[in-house]
Amino acid sequence: MAKYLLLKHYRGAPASVNDVPMDRWTPEEISAHLGYMNDFAARLKETGEFVDSQALTPQGAWVRYDGEGRPPVTDGPFAETKDLIAGWMIIDVDTYERAVELAGELSAAPGAGGKPIHEWLEVRPFMSASQHTIAE
Amino acid sequence: MNEAQLRGLTPSVLGILVRRGADFAAAEDAVQDALVEAIRVWPTDPPRDPKGWLVTAAWRKFLDATRADAARRRREDIVDEEPAPGPTPGADDTLRLYFLCAHPSLTPSSAVALTLRAVGGLTTRQIARAYLVPEATMAQRISRAKRTVSGVRFDRPGDVATVLRVLYLVFNEGYSGDVDLAAEAIRLTRQLAAAIDHPEVAGLLALMLLHHARRAARTGPDGGLVPLAEQDRNRWDTRMIAEGVVILQAALARDRLGEYQAQAAIAALHADAPTAEETDWVQIVEWYDELVRLTDNPVVRLNRAVAVGEADGPRAGLAALATLDDSLPRHTAVAAYLHERDGDPTTAARLYAEAAHKAGNLAERDHLTRRAARLNAHR
Repeated sequence: MAKYLLLKHYRGAPASVNDVPMDRWTPEEISAHLGYMNDFAARLKETGEFVDSQALTPQGAWVRYDGEGRPPVTDGPFAETKDLIAGWMIIDVDTYERAVELAGELSAAPGAGGKPIHEWLEVRPFMSASQHTIAE
Repeated sequence: MNEAQLRGLTPSVLGILVRRGADFAAAEDAVQDALVEAIRVWPTDPPRDPKGWLVTAAWRKFLDATRADAARRRREDIVDEEPAPGPTPGADDTLRLYFLCAHPSLTPSSAVALTLRAVGGLTTRQIARAYLVPEATMAQRISRAKRTVSGVRFDRPGDVATVLRVLYLVFNEGYSGDVDLAAEAIRLTRQLAAAIDHPEVAGLLALMLLHHARRAARTGPDGGLVPLAEQDRNRWDTRMIAEGVVILQAALARDRLGEYQAQAAIAALHADAPTAEETDWVQIVEWYDELVRLTDNPVVRLNRAVAVGEADGPRAGLAALATLDDSLPRHTAVAAYLHERDGDPTTAARLYAEAAHKAGNLAERDHLTRRAARLNAHR
């Protein structure tokens, strides 16, 4: 019973095995990919392990406080070299092994040529918020 | 009758429906519906016999649901017979439910969810909020769990240890959302202790009470974790401690020691000390030796090293720690603490910072970071 974030990157992750950008796929391959992702989420809802899934646009900016009475400073868009997050799925599973197993399945989503992308996904455990564990 | 008392009737009502021939999954749904109706109706129209009211309401809901389901028409052979009224052995029903909901074929998270709903009478929404998952996810988890145990015979005795593990997990979750899971775990363990005479059930109940009694003192005004040695002992719940001690002593007198009784004995020794300095660490180490013998759990050995550090000095604690795998959770935090006690703030500060970096719990991380910062500031 722990939550994990499965993080997908536009940029910054190691290169995937089937590393062809999506705009070079056929429309059918794109449909197959999106269908796989939807089926995966639906299956996790069915097993009672799904928490959340969101996609992010590649656009964005850095923002920071700039002192009393002044508008926040913005900087952007992100430079080409930056680590850029594309989206995530949050799962609630019994073990770390299960989280890795599911990330592996997600990474097998089909890409160019209908073959698995073998995309690198980041698996990050959530920090537990419980203040009540017996071990003191 | 408050909501907790109302929910206390859940297991026996459910047990009665199942014994009348309802299948577990359908009966469980019907009891949930009846509970919801009771919460709505009772404030203005309280029943004279709450349990009888619930049985009648749940049975009616079960019949309605069954009749509505054409595919289940053949079941009406059973349900059309008017069941015999009269008293029923509630304790056995309750016990069977605990065993079923903690059945070994279920994953821990499924067993926890099913226990909270079918034994605890919580709604799916409450359980989902407590575990911070969408309600639809929790609903699926519960219905899958019900399917998993649907083939299990309801009349076979189960293993108490599996039930205790589930209740221990619920207790450790504490509270988030609108349900206090620690309090709920205590309620369910109390109910189990009333249904079965078993020293480890009593041991777990004592452990929970002794631990829960310190809850108010465990959090500082800023929301941060206050370690045991620094807690304001006036804020401990002495009534709850006394109850835990009485339950523990009765269990220990049975001479069938188990891990929960041993853990409770350690908690009782802490509760017994008027100040941290007066803690009987020698006896605590002896109990840890018992626990190691009973469980051979590496986390227990780690906690034992802390106790050894208090009983025989930090060097002895560090020597005990050196024999353990340093990849154990909290190993670095323990090392930091023992080095601090040994008068080496530089090493301690470095290790506290490292332990904070590894911590998997928010309150713990903040606590360790503060300790590192405090030592760094005084150098």
